[in-house]
Amino acid sequence: MKYSYYPGCSLEKNAAAYNISTMAVAKPLGIEFDELDDWNCCGATEYIALNKMAAYTLVARNLVLAKQKGVDQHLVAPCSACFLNLSKAESYLAEDQALAQKVNVALGAGGLYYDERRLRVRHLLDIIVNDVGYDAIAAKVVKPLKGLRIAPYYGCLIVRPAFQGVFDDHEQPQTLDKLMKTLGAKVIDFPLKANCCGGHMTQISEPVAMDLINRILKNAMDYEADLIVTLCPMCQLNLDAYQENVNRFYKTNYHLPVLYFTQMIGLALGMSAQELGIGKELVDARPALAKIGVEVPEPEAPKKKRPSKEELPMPGMRKEE
Amino acid sequence: METTGQEKIGVYVCHCGSNIAGMVDVEDVAKWAAEQLKHRGVVIARDYKFMCSSLGQELIEKDIKELGLTRVVVAACSPHLHELTFRTACARAGLNPYLCELVSIREQCSWVHTDKAVATEKSKAIVSGGVERVIWHEPLEPLHVPIHPATLVVGGGIAGIQAALEIADAGYPVYLVEREPSNKTFPTLDCSACILTPRMVQAGGHPNITLMTYAEIERVDGYVGNFTVMIKQKPRSVNTDLCTGCGICQEKCPKKVVDDVYEAGLGYRKVIYTPFPQAVPKYPVIDRENCTYFLKGTCKACEKFCPTGAIDFTQQEEHIQIEVGNIILATGYDLFDARRITQYGYGRLANVFTSLEFERMTNAAGPTNGNIVLRDGVTTPKVVGIIHCVGSRDKNYNNYCSSICCMQSLKFAHLVHERIGAEVYNFYIDMRTPAKSYDEFYQRILEEGTHFVRGRVAEVTDAARKPGEEGKLIIQVEDTLIGKQRRIPVDMVILSAALEPRHDAKETAKKFGLSCSADGWMIERHPKLDPVATMTEGIYIAGCVQGPKDIPASVAQGAAAAARVLGKIQQKEIALEPIRATIDQDKCSGCRICNNLCPFNAIVFHADRMVSEVNPALCQGCGTCVAACPAGAISGTGFSNEQILAQIDGLLLHNVLRMEPIAE
Repeated sequence: MKYSYYPGCSLEKNAAAYNISTMAVAKPLGIEFDELDDWNCCGATEYIALNKMAAYTLVARNLVLAKQKGVDQHLVAPCSACFLNLSKAESYLAEDQALAQKVNVALGAGGLYYDERRLRVRHLLDIIVNDVGYDAIAAKVVKPLKGLRIAPYYGCLIVRPAFQGVFDDHEQPQTLDKLMKTLGAKVIDFPLKANCCGGHMTQISEPVAMDLINRILKNAMDYEADLIVTLCPMCQLNLDAYQENVNRFYKTNYHLPVLYFTQMIGLALGMSAQELGIGKELVDARPALAKIGVEVPEPEAPKKKRPSKEELPMPGMRKEE
Repeated sequence: METTGQEKIGVYVCHCGSNIAGMVDVEDVAKWAAEQLKHRGVVIARDYKFMCSSLGQELIEKDIKELGLTRVVVAACSPHLHELTFRTACARAGLNPYLCELVSIREQCSWVHTDKAVATEKSKAIVSGGVERVIWHEPLEPLHVPIHPATLVVGGGIAGIQAALEIADAGYPVYLVEREPSNKTFPTLDCSACILTPRMVQAGGHPNITLMTYAEIERVDGYVGNFTVMIKQKPRSVNTDLCTGCGICQEKCPKKVVDDVYEAGLGYRKVIYTPFPQAVPKYPVIDRENCTYFLKGTCKACEKFCPTGAIDFTQQEEHIQIEVGNIILATGYDLFDARRITQYGYGRLANVFTSLEFERMTNAAGPTNGNIVLRDGVTTPKVVGIIHCVGSRDKNYNNYCSSICCMQSLKFAHLVHERIGAEVYNFYIDMRTPAKSYDEFYQRILEEGTHFVRGRVAEVTDAARKPGEEGKLIIQVEDTLIGKQRRIPVDMVILSAALEPRHDAKETAKKFGLSCSADGWMIERHPKLDPVATMTEGIYIAGCVQGPKDIPASVAQGAAAAARVLGKIQQKEIALEPIRATIDQDKCSGCRICNNLCPFNAIVFHADRMVSEVNPALCQGCGTCVAACPAGAISGTGFSNEQILAQIDGLLLHNVLRMEPIAE
């Protein structure tokens, strides 16, 4: 199975572990990824609200690049925001001829043209559960995740709203649950599985974001999850990087590692933690993974920088008077 | 064939108040017809405020008598509405009613356009088409056929029973067919058993009613007055001649299954069962899919204990053919599957119940003996939340209002107050209590202290966020009266689920030759003026099959349908529309293409002469065979090729432009 692949900016940096693990499991699952050449940022969640025309052009450029590879080859995005933007643009540009024309003027400057052929945009989870299939995955499991209590966290973007590419229930999605069960894990009842993680609210209104993150962490803890499994770089970042802040803010004591579903697939297929980028998360996943006998090497201690002899002295800050 | 000059045509353009006159210059249309269509035989053209009024009709009658009109064209509303009115007017004046043509300049013109000049031009073209067509009309005589006095009522709910009783009481035979083992209802405001049971017993024992339960309609042939219906009687495995309904077999049967039908999944029944104690008829049936004997070949406990030897495992499916003159369809509704709204948690969260489950729970003979308890069977809830419009008034599921849920939810609130004194929240979008005494009931529930929260519930969750929410179901809702999000912890949630058309409504519609709306409700002949008749003569609808409604409305419709049927029976014979197909025996090549296409099985093939012929009593004049015949041997009376082509010529104004007509 060959797909066009749009990794998106997050997977280059903060969600590098997602990309590494996706690439690692692709081969054993029989998936071939054909990454778009010279793709650009999708505009993330806010840009469409700020400047519709520019935002659609940004996304449309990626769609054109994908169409150049042929429309029979579905376009796969692992990031929920990228997936939403790509599928949203693909369906709105088909409906709104006036917008498509404007977008084409802009694309024309780069010698590109958004044509009428329809492209199917799909999320990584969709192709893994629907194209590869649970049975095929079950057959490849060599190290079941037995004894691990997993909270499957979908986030709010991939299941709604109903643009093309929807593959699960909007309110109580089930695919990730089933996938984790296929891998042998115990999946907890997780009512907030499709709630919002706060997104970029951490930058705009921290108390709002803290509340949203706290709800999700509390719910996972109430159901005694060992770890949260997600499929969105934004969700992973918020739940993982802000967990300490939430603990401070609400005087709680959460310790819930947040891993990507592709990392869990890799572990069940018998891959090592390093191959899957485990260890890059901030909340230590080692105690949880020890339950299933996975060893994660000590994270490398950041090297202390020794001042070199050639280095020039740093000027001090101006003293306040 | 040229007929112009021989006919004297009158054209009448209706204002329909402002319905037509608001968008069409009707005076101009009439004037134009008088001048421009004079050479086609138009001798008079008038416009009038309401052509369908008695004064309007008298106008036509007077012209026929005084001017000797031989054809009449009325430009007004759709023929659905007033074709009969104007035909009757013509007949009164001595003109054959089929020499009158009604063309629609309302539904297909004034109502759908926004440009008056254009709509006026279009009306002229439509009138012109009507004039050209009417020239080719022939005087027709209706066919008279006798009406069979028996009636078939399909569906044994309150509407069906009401209809059956009304007709039976008038002294005519009724077949009442129900596919479940007995009849049932879903009440709104009263104790269902108190209302329905006496009716059921009455129907079950009525000398004029043949009750056929556990039976389904297989096929319907024929036409008004003379339907032939094939009924499949599913095997009960109980000989009803011997069974006394003592109930020992049910006591002794060792196997229990969840009862999805009568107990709404909240209780159990035996494999040999009558749905409930007061069920009519009293004879039980064996559910063969679950019976140990039918599955494994052993057991036969019921047979051993039956004192009259009534158990008969060898009973076969029976096919029974009956003849009836009229049919009333009262097949009811299905309840919306609340699992579809995943955020309300039905099927996932134990203490979320559907309205039907709660209904069973409050019944003294129900699975909890009338106690209101949580799913564990013992705990009494302290706070109960009732959610309205579950699956109704929601573009994701059904756009329509299910009409019974507000009153039903009020009743639930009242029962909770009365029986367990718990706190009750009702979450509604709008309160709809329009029928007699309904709003008074609402006032009473308000005074009882039920909390009413206006807003559509976002979700029901067990994810506690703050103290006081643990172990509860939290209802998250935007209270639109105070403009705030609220989280209300409750112990029990009741979902007032929507009424939906039967899942097999489309097949039923096809079987009976009816049509159903996009939603799936059967379409009545006229939503206001003829709500129980259908477009198929002799077939009536009553109760929820036509749309969501409560018991008073269902009973009213059942009685109304019965009255219509009785009226038909009293006429003893019926005049059939003479609009039907005929096959030119000389042109027919005997290819038999039309034989299978006819939806009414009206075409017979004469093997000796190798030609097909239409049975005029069965033909409904649909025109399918006319279009299909490769030899052009079939023509439809009232819809002949000449008439259709002439009408097209007229619409294209070939007559005014003096162009070569295509109808030659």
